[in-house]
Amino acid sequence: MAATRFHALPGFRITLGYTLAYLSLIVLLPITAVFLKTTSLSLAEFVEVVSAPRVVASYKLSFGMSLAAAAINAVFGLMLAWVLVRYSFFGKRLVDALVDLPFALPTAVAGIALTALYAGNGWLGQYLAPLGIQIAFKPPGVLVALVFIGLPFVVRTVQPVLEDLDTELEEAATSLGADRWQTFRHVILPVMLPALLTGFALAFARAVGEYGSVIFIAGNIPMVSEITPLMIITKLEQYDYAGATAIATVMLFISFALLLVINGLQAWTFKCTGRDR
Amino acid sequence: MSHATTLRWRADKAARFESRAATCEAPAIKWVLVTASLAFFTLFLLMPLAAVFVEAFAKGWRTCIAALSDPDALSAVRLTLIAAAISVPLNLVFGVAAAWSIAKFEFRGKHVLITLIDLPFSVSPVIAGLIYVLVFGAQGWLGSWLSDHDIKIIFAVPGIVLATVFVTFPFVARELIPVMQAQGREEEEAAVVLGANGWQTFRHVTLPNIKWGLLYGVILTNARAMGEFGAVSVVSGHIRGLTNTLPLHVEILYSEYQFSAAFAAASLLAALALVTLCIKTWVEHRAARAWDNTGTITS
Repeated sequence: MAATRFHALPGFRITLGYTLAYLSLIVLLPITAVFLKTTSLSLAEFVEVVSAPRVVASYKLSFGMSLAAAAINAVFGLMLAWVLVRYSFFGKRLVDALVDLPFALPTAVAGIALTALYAGNGWLGQYLAPLGIQIAFKPPGVLVALVFIGLPFVVRTVQPVLEDLDTELEEAATSLGADRWQTFRHVILPVMLPALLTGFALAFARAVGEYGSVIFIAGNIPMVSEITPLMIITKLEQYDYAGATAIATVMLFISFALLLVINGLQAWTFKCTGRDR
Repeated sequence: MSHATTLRWRADKAARFESRAATCEAPAIKWVLVTASLAFFTLFLLMPLAAVFVEAFAKGWRTCIAALSDPDALSAVRLTLIAAAISVPLNLVFGVAAAWSIAKFEFRGKHVLITLIDLPFSVSPVIAGLIYVLVFGAQGWLGSWLSDHDIKIIFAVPGIVLATVFVTFPFVARELIPVMQAQGREEEEAAVVLGANGWQTFRHVTLPNIKWGLLYGVILTNARAMGEFGAVSVVSGHIRGLTNTLPLHVEILYSEYQFSAAFAAASLLAALALVTLCIKTWVEHRAARAWDNTGTITS
């Protein structure tokens, strides 16, 4: 309890007051509108909207593909981070800088670029089509877009932890007779695990809500390749505001749950590595 | 707080790892890992980027220039610049205020506040647009009042600006909070004791310490503001020449099968992304040097 503590520095009330006012106006009040609008539906109507077969199919696609994309990113993101921290090779600085491309490149641009690559006549699609593999305009297209979007989350979460790792730990393991794989498996990986899971969760959370890059490549076939955010847009275009809001409510609850999980994972990361204290 | 895009002190320690037997792998393993990583990097990052520019110039320079000098394209560029020019300063002021109160003072509920500031990043862009439709739209909370007074927000420029402000809300604050926390408050307290007022303290003591973090946050805010698609798409109404931002313009051209024109507009945005990454790398470099010189980094 430090309620009456004397502040030597000026500006506490005005900056905190401004922060709270701006946060409430831009973020909190409008989000409340979602929950209030949802109450205009009865419980039965709400359940009917959010469990309609087409909507359920979109949950399966969104969550399934987001999980798969986050898993792929966890593997390759860890590998990229490892390579960037541990090895010197030609072009490393360029690779390091371009890892953030998905943060900087507008999602619509990413969407049409990936579609151009993976369409049946695209750079990569033309080689996959004879093998019977279709990516663009099919569910795998969603996966490709979500892998692109999520990659930097894993790399940039894992990289700093890897950089701060003490070499003494590995030297101790080696001097005790562990081979390189055992050292990685039993010494390095346990320290990395919280950061890796945080990166996985961040990539997953981003993928679930992603819209711009996915809609171009997904093909948006009802029951097959429609993502949940697209269902909200579809309802809005039919002026079904209550329906759109009901689906948005489901997504918001999932986002809040993920936010709590991510906060927990980050706290765990700091505890394991002693960083950011 | 750890975020995927936080400015941090970096040094290449690869040589240190590679020079010791206990911390490096066999050359063959290194080769496999580097090759696999570069293949993944090329497939998922380099090729999409290259595709944008190749497709943009596929039908020659003239088509590309013609697509970019189209009046609708120019008005889309103008609206994109307006949205960024309003949302960046707004979120800059907010970010500084939020970071000052959170980093320099102790109060209850601080962690809740930090989580709430991060909220716009966890919300789908589509929902970010939807919430403003629910408040300002024709059937929204303020809808009838706004139409009585002939004020248009949704399907007009103010809605686009609001949606952009929402999606870029946390960037500056989340950059500055860790930087200011690491800095502590001793320097500011010394300035106040020596007679500086609040503004002088901020201007001459705090600002030099946070300038790289501030610039970093502004670059990220600007990149997202100019590139946002989902949220803006919901509130824009897609009125050509009036409420189309550049990313929306790309979508319209693309859905009309004007692929060369769509990629020409997209190449402008991709170039912006590359400029953003260059400035970002330069800021990281300068910040690392500043930290090396002063030695005031907590890692």
